[in-house]
Amino acid sequence: MSALQIEGLSKSFGGLRVTADVDLAVEPGERRLIIGPNGAGKTTLFNLITGELAPDSGKIALFGRDITHTPCRRRAHLGMARTYQIITLFPRDTILRNITLALLGLSPLRWNAFADLGAQRDLVDRARAALLRVGLDHIAERPLAQTSYGERRRVEIAMALAQSPKVLLLDEPFAGLSVDERRDVQKLLRAIPREVTVVMIEHNMDVALDLADRITLLHFGEVIVEGTRAEVVADPRTREVYLGA
Amino acid sequence: MNRITPQRAAIAIALALLATLPVWVGNSYYINIASQILIWAVLALALNVLVGYAGLTSLGHAGLFAMSGYTAAMLLAAGHGHFTADLTALVVTLFTTAVFAVLALRATGIGFLMITLAMGQILWGIAYRWADLTNGDNGINVSTRPAPFGLSLSNAPSFYYATLVVFLVAVATMAVFVRSPFGASLTGTRDQARRMTALGYNVWLIRFLAILFSGFWSGVAGLLFIYYNQFISPQVVALTTSAEALLMVISGGSGTLLGPIVGAAIVVVMKNVVSAYIERWNLVLGLIFILIISFMPEGLVPGSVRLWRAGWQAIRGRADAPAAEKPEAPR
Repeated sequence: MSALQIEGLSKSFGGLRVTADVDLAVEPGERRLIIGPNGAGKTTLFNLITGELAPDSGKIALFGRDITHTPCRRRAHLGMARTYQIITLFPRDTILRNITLALLGLSPLRWNAFADLGAQRDLVDRARAALLRVGLDHIAERPLAQTSYGERRRVEIAMALAQSPKVLLLDEPFAGLSVDERRDVQKLLRAIPREVTVVMIEHNMDVALDLADRITLLHFGEVIVEGTRAEVVADPRTREVYLGA
Repeated sequence: MNRITPQRAAIAIALALLATLPVWVGNSYYINIASQILIWAVLALALNVLVGYAGLTSLGHAGLFAMSGYTAAMLLAAGHGHFTADLTALVVTLFTTAVFAVLALRATGIGFLMITLAMGQILWGIAYRWADLTNGDNGINVSTRPAPFGLSLSNAPSFYYATLVVFLVAVATMAVFVRSPFGASLTGTRDQARRMTALGYNVWLIRFLAILFSGFWSGVAGLLFIYYNQFISPQVVALTTSAEALLMVISGGSGTLLGPIVGAAIVVVMKNVVSAYIERWNLVLGLIFILIISFMPEGLVPGSVRLWRAGWQAIRGRADAPAAEKPEAPR
């Protein structure tokens, strides 16, 4: 059974077919890289998988369970977490509070209007542990507004990891990072245990290729090539579409 | 945990001043103004849950406030007891709020504002035009104030104390709410609704419950209002009331507990005290509002805190200037 199985998924915005009859099967524990030029429909595919957009047709299954019509918020409870290409965090809060919100989202405590959130030791400890994983525990109390771009990228990843997802969707986790920061994030992603299935969109081939088991190349919303790292890199269509002839 | 912090000291002093207010104010005219401030502060705090913590600006809160007031007034006029009238009023207000919420939550931002405005105006129309039900422009008299535990609330100090108790319960409820996990969920939907959905939160339901909470306290404020004035008329339901409540929240500082209370004090004092000396008190209120928005766009309370800190740091910075050159201790 695949961790994530997509069949005939399509989505159009007006006359523009952004996702065209996409089939995709990601095995449990796999690292899948999705590449493609700008406008290939990579992020739209993610939005369909997480349920932020509804597909026009097709099916999505998570570990054999049909989630095509499951609302986005329920998918988080079923073990799906994502990061955003454009950083989407809580700018008024501290780093720790950002992670706490991620944990709270899966806890029944989120409906509690009487308890003191700061006194929920278990939640706060788990948030700190998640920050330790990404090397940000020393600035946990810092307001997000006072952090660097590279730190925010790592907060994005920590938020997703904190939820202990079964399937983790990373939308350009290296975007806008310096060489050093890229190395840090690469190390961080490599440390994710194999119980977690990772699907990653990335433009930056030198850092991303290294992490991938299999690669899917999207172009104008269609899957053009799919295979192992070597197969996709060697394929002439990849060179034509993406790497440049 | 029992250290005396400046904040705790300030709260203790404020409580002591509020509890002894009738003694040091003396004059029942001013005691009544204090009661009015507390009543409007409850409404402003209720509205602040939406404006400050949910990021949803409503211009229909006068409708909820008056829904409670009118329901209670009509039931009292029909001869029902205070307990029945008040309880029914709150239930009816919650129901009305739920309808408001379901319709208004189809949008956020300006859309939300316009829908709440429209619904507030519908209620105003009912109060003004459906004379058989609401007695139209003549309003409804409320002949008696309740006497909880046998205590008469007919004079100014006793009514002030009853209002103070309700006000303090409202503030305490808000303080608990803001610190709670649900409060964090609500501010999360304000700042990053999309992310909240992806994190597993039901953004719609969180907002809906917050609106109900806000509606409940608006209803409580409405009950205090009719008992204070012993009268209600369509004027209360008018857009002006909603706008004034919003003015209180924004001028004092939305998203803070103290802000709406300070805002309520400013507006009530302008309306009652300044209007005795200056006929065009609205002009003064407008000028004050413009000054606040120009120099403290975040509102009077957070703005004052910011200026205080900046001033404090400027003084300390000068005193510590030589010390500042020492390298920071390694972490």
